[in-house]
Amino acid sequence: MSDHQGGGYYLPSPSGWPIVGSTALALFACGMVLWANSLPGGWLVLAGLGVLFYMMFGWFGKVIAESESGKYNAQVDRSFRWGMSWFIFSEVMFFAAFFGALFYARILSVPWLGEGDTHDMLWSGFKAAWPTAGPLGAKMIAPMAEAGKGEFAPMAALGVPALNTLILLTSGVTLTIAHWGLKKGNRGQLIFWLALTVALGVSFLYFQATEYHEAYTKMGLTLGAGIYGSTFFMLTGFHGFHVTIGTIMLLVILIRCMKGHFKPDQHFAFEAVSWYWHFVDVVWLGLFVFVYWL
Amino acid sequence: MEATHAHGQDHAHDHGHGHPTGLMRWVTTTNHKDIGTLYLWFSFIMLLSGGTLALLIRAELFEPGMQIMRPEFFNQLTTMHGLIMVFGAIMPAFVGFANWQVPMMIGAPDMAFPRMNNWSFWLLPVAASLLIGSFFVPGGASAGGWTMYAPLFLQGGISNDMTIFAVHILGISSIMGAINIVTTILNLRAPGMTLMKMPLFVWTWLITAYLLIAVMPVLAGAVTMLLTDRHFGTSFFNAAGGGDPVMFQHIFWFFGHPEVYIMILPAFGIISQIIPTFSRKPLFGYASMVYATSSIAILSFMVWAHHMFTVGLPTAAQLFFMYATMLIAIPTGVKVFNWIATMWKGSMTFETPMLFAIAFVCLFTIGGFSGLVLAITPVDIQLQDTYYVVAHFHYVLVSGALFSIFAGVYFWLPKWTGHMYDEKLGKLHFWLSTIFFNVLFFPMHFLGLAGMPRRIPDYALQFADWNKVASIGAFGFGLSQLILLVVVLKCIKGGVKAEGRAWEGADSLEWTHLPSPAPYHTFETPPTVN
Amino acid sequence: MLRKMRSLGLGWGAFLMSMAARAQESKYNLPTPESTVAHQIYDLHILIMWVCVAIFVVVFGVMFYSILKHRKSLGHKAAHFHENTQIEIIWTVIPFAILIAMAIPASKTILNMRDASNPDMTVKVVAYQWKWEYEYPAEGIKFLSNLATPRDQIEGTAPKGDHYLLEVDNPLVVPVGKKVRLLLTANDVIHSWAVQAFGIKQDAIPGFIKDTWFKADKPGTYRGQCSELCGKDHGFMPIVVEVKTQEDYDKWVAAQKAKNAAVTMDPNKTYSLAEMKAHGEKVYATNCAACHQPTGAGMPPVFPALTGSAVVTGPKAGHIDIVMNGGKKNPAMVAWAKTLSDVDIAAVITYERNALGNATGEVIQPAEIKALRK
Ligand code: HEA
Ligand code: HEA
Ligand code: HEC
Ligand code: CUA
Ligand SMILES: [Cu+2]
Repeated sequence: MSDHQGGGYYLPSPSGWPIVGSTALALFACGMVLWANSLPGGWLVLAGLGVLFYMMFGWFGKVIAESESGKYNAQVDRSFRWGMSWFIFSEVMFFAAFFGALFYARILSVPWLGEGDTHDMLWSGFKAAWPTAGPLGAKMIAPMAEAGKGEFAPMAALGVPALNTLILLTSGVTLTIAHWGLKKGNRGQLIFWLALTVALGVSFLYFQATEYHEAYTKMGLTLGAGIYGSTFFMLTGFHGFHVTIGTIMLLVILIRCMKGHFKPDQHFAFEAVSWYWHFVDVVWLGLFVFVYWL
Repeated sequence: MEATHAHGQDHAHDHGHGHPTGLMRWVTTTNHKDIGTLYLWFSFIMLLSGGTLALLIRAELFEPGMQIMRPEFFNQLTTMHGLIMVFGAIMPAFVGFANWQVPMMIGAPDMAFPRMNNWSFWLLPVAASLLIGSFFVPGGASAGGWTMYAPLFLQGGISNDMTIFAVHILGISSIMGAINIVTTILNLRAPGMTLMKMPLFVWTWLITAYLLIAVMPVLAGAVTMLLTDRHFGTSFFNAAGGGDPVMFQHIFWFFGHPEVYIMILPAFGIISQIIPTFSRKPLFGYASMVYATSSIAILSFMVWAHHMFTVGLPTAAQLFFMYATMLIAIPTGVKVFNWIATMWKGSMTFETPMLFAIAFVCLFTIGGFSGLVLAITPVDIQLQDTYYVVAHFHYVLVSGALFSIFAGVYFWLPKWTGHMYDEKLGKLHFWLSTIFFNVLFFPMHFLGLAGMPRRIPDYALQFADWNKVASIGAFGFGLSQLILLVVVLKCIKGGVKAEGRAWEGADSLEWTHLPSPAPYHTFETPPTVN
Repeated sequence: MLRKMRSLGLGWGAFLMSMAARAQESKYNLPTPESTVAHQIYDLHILIMWVCVAIFVVVFGVMFYSILKHRKSLGHKAAHFHENTQIEIIWTVIPFAILIAMAIPASKTILNMRDASNPDMTVKVVAYQWKWEYEYPAEGIKFLSNLATPRDQIEGTAPKGDHYLLEVDNPLVVPVGKKVRLLLTANDVIHSWAVQAFGIKQDAIPGFIKDTWFKADKPGTYRGQCSELCGKDHGFMPIVVEVKTQEDYDKWVAAQKAKNAAVTMDPNKTYSLAEMKAHGEKVYATNCAACHQPTGAGMPPVFPALTGSAVVTGPKAGHIDIVMNGGKKNPAMVAWAKTLSDVDIAAVITYERNALGNATGEVIQPAEIKALRK
């Protein structure tokens, strides 16, 4: 295999990893379709995820090796920066769709259900207020949540969510301290504070898991709890998923730091992960304000 | 469309180190030209597939009564035709052009992320298999329209889930492709190639890529909500749970309207390369073209509800969206006027690319005007969901997007293959396409005005005549496309050798700095642009 | 200006119309408007169409002039200008002015058409897959409106009638010259109620009431079609409005009330198997056959077969439950308790259990259904 230099710009030689990735997504999609329809073949989901991890391991491993062997120049570095920024922007837009749904429901559709002809002719008795499971929400919850018996309690902002806010904000700070360590060439500081960040990420996830458990077993708050349950779980769920990814990325970076990767003046992978982490942080603030608090 | 020469011209240091050959060459390639070729062939196959579905639609609509299929199958055809044409034929074709041309036009060695580039392409066959495969599952393919409106889409079998995941995968592909293009344009330009010196095709793609990055994730969100409403008990689109079916439409069209500009801005770019070339005169109003394209992109985020004038929006919203939509006519008009001013006092010749470009300007404008008619809310209320809308969007999509693709293929074939295409056959393709296109779609304006709803397999007797005409046009138009296939294959096989600067008036880098066919690796050392 | 455009438009329309061979319905243009709003829309469309045609002729006149004159084969040498701020400003400002001129009448029409206040009467319209239900709350009248075109016309085994696919069994009937307010909703998916002659198209959204209104100029029969994709029979749910003089309308209302009284079956009576089956067959044909098919074979996997179905041949409680409360997995199977009477539900269940290849011998009585309603 030879790689190609284009005026100093590193151009990789042909690669088998993308097609592995496509295979992974094909398996995953087929598995999800079958599983969602209660047909046999749900294991394909796991197979797909397995292949996907294999791909990431191999692909990113190759990128790391290339980076460490000094094949990337400053222009390549800039490309990575542009790429990562726009990737994060696309993630912002993904969350925007769900925030949009939340605002639409709160500001427009729920009030509409509670007023005028719609209310009088179709849903008389329904009082529009937030949080709500909708006019028939209670009936729809019943089969799903045993504990709530057709009722649900919204998630309060104080308590676990506030704690989690604190955790994520702190993790932003610890990550920055770690970054300073890297820039100063102080490995001890880098590794300690980075490890702490990972730990905070894990504890965030732990608390979120307990919160979900509580919601499902004690509060009657499920995905089926009308529009409140839908927006609550989809927003916090996708956020939690991103925290999981972020934590794994931090862990990878931590391992690389321990192996002695990165230089004080060249460590884009570290920065990319920290951008991502801060993005996840900011999304959480939005969630805290609009989902839990207001 | 460059299959024959590629390896022979490789550079010395890139030889014989076990680069895969045969099929694996295409599967593992990281070369922008190979990937561009893959995109273009994929798109052509999808055009034939989606076109075949359209011909089935037109066959059923040839005369009143149900002749060859059941209504539910008709709806599947309509839905899949829309999805395959939009996501399979038009969008990949433009990405194919971007892959081939952007690096060459800005003096870059390749795309910024060659491996990711490969992945963007190789996700498409996966998504296409899910879509086309859904015809063969119990219950048949998705039948809720390409717009996938809830709650209709919540009904229906597993094919709807296949469509949802296909859309997810297409979204991932588009986002990665767009990030690649943005990064390439921003970071890999040759020294001296300032933004305001870039060929307009590159500009339009830069802006299109931003649109893609901004709206594909929103579509992914919308179909994810459909999925959870279908299977996991959420109530996004169910009033009983506090949701609203109309909310789906808002989210979908927030994606959907920018999407239609995703399918036309690169077309504007291609046309802006071709018209100056064959007028032998620089593009008129380059700067205003750039500003107009940007304005169209920005406005496109503020007009989505013009697809929803009949859902019962608040009056103020109807007014706002009507005004915003009408405004788009201004920057689009600027483009049309600039093209005509470019031709004015030029020294024109009329090779096939130019013919298609002229037809584009003329016929796209007809589509734009019918768009403007639809933008007028009260008139739209008469015409919404009728064949008038079908006529509108085929004028902008077929004689717009598709014709620009044809124009671009003829224009760059010499650069890609090193041979001139057969001009006689090209002209034949042009004339047959243009004539049959109008026979096919112009009568649909009449049908729509007279009140024929879209997405119906059978219709009242007063619509019979024009439907017959349209169906005849459809078969003529469809068969004419086989000529294109012949032209392309002939051109790959051989023909008159093309010079580096195959067209007298061409002046972008790929014509002035590279031989034809363009070498496998371009611009190892960046050219200097003055 | 507007008036001139209008007469021009009408002239052009009339010319085209005279070319129409088969029916009085339009073939080229919007159908003849029959309400104030429809008139305004018609004029607006004609105005904008002609403005666009005019711009088109001017702009492409220039282009084709250039194409004819400035070609290389005539030896024309290319000029080299590529900018002219003045002309660029002109061709930005002029279109803007034209757009404003279009927006003014358009806005007026919107404000007019959205003003549903002070109606003379109100009709509630509920859309189902694939039929309409009209309810006159003030009169206590309520009926379903189904496609009336026979199947063999659609399949081509019989010649097609004049109003092929545009005829219904029970049209909406309204008095002439009265402002009729429609309150629309849907039971399953989105449909759209459209009659072009009145300038109306309004989506019916499940779970929400949306309103619109019209005032018909003169008596007659007006036709439209469902205008939002709503599943397989979307093409087969026409709308027919009969506009009558006040006098005829009053007669119609009286007749309807009388008919209702006669037809209504007593929900407290106990019926025989044959009676329930006979009535059930009718209920099935109008409400259920669209999905479950006249034979009961359904269209698996989406619409289950009823012939031999475990639900239909199993314990009756489960059967009654799904018919009254709708499908758990698939909302297409709606909760019929909301639309059908106790007698209808009892009858259709009895029918299903004793026909379509099933024979349980059970009779369900209206009283059982009544008891289950809360
Ligand atoms: C390439 C794709 C493309 C493009 C470019 C456009 C361009 C436009 N479209 Fe279109 N549209 C679609 C694809 C596209 N559309 C599709 C696919 C649908 C249907 C989706 C579905 O329901 O399935 C649709 C539907 C659609 C609707 C909804 C119809 C309905 O369902 O009821 C409307 C309504 O406003 C509309 C408006 C417009 C307008 C105002 C423009 C403008 O951008 C046009 C601007 C151009 C001009 C006006 C011509 C040039 C200008 C001049 C020469 C200047 C002088 C002119 C004046 C001053 C008038 N479009
Ligand atoms: C994006 C681009 C695009 C393109 C290029 C086309 C191309 C065509 N479309 Fe379009 N169409 C849409 C996008 C497009 N369409 C969309 C988005 C919808 C809305 C869907 C919805 O309602 O949800 C639609 C809906 C639509 C309808 C309305 C259906 C309905 O409402 O029920 C009709 C009806 O005539 C139609 C017809 C055609 C025809 C005849 C062509 C022709 O141009 C096609 C020409 C044919 C070919 C190019 C095929 C050539 C093939 C052969 C000659 C056979 C050889 C075969 C092999 C070798 C395998 N289309
Ligand atoms: C719009 C389509 C539609 C119409 C009209 C309709 N059904 Fe259904 N029906 C369905 C669907 C879909 C299901 C499956 C529901 C589920 O599994 O959640 C179903 C299921 C049933 C079942 C259960 C069958 C089984 O084996 O699971 C019965 C019984 C039934 N319908 C009776 C009726 C009756 C009686 C009517 C008319 C009064 C009717 N249906 C009208 C779509 C329809
Ligand atoms: Cu009802 Cu379409
Ligand atoms: Cu639009």
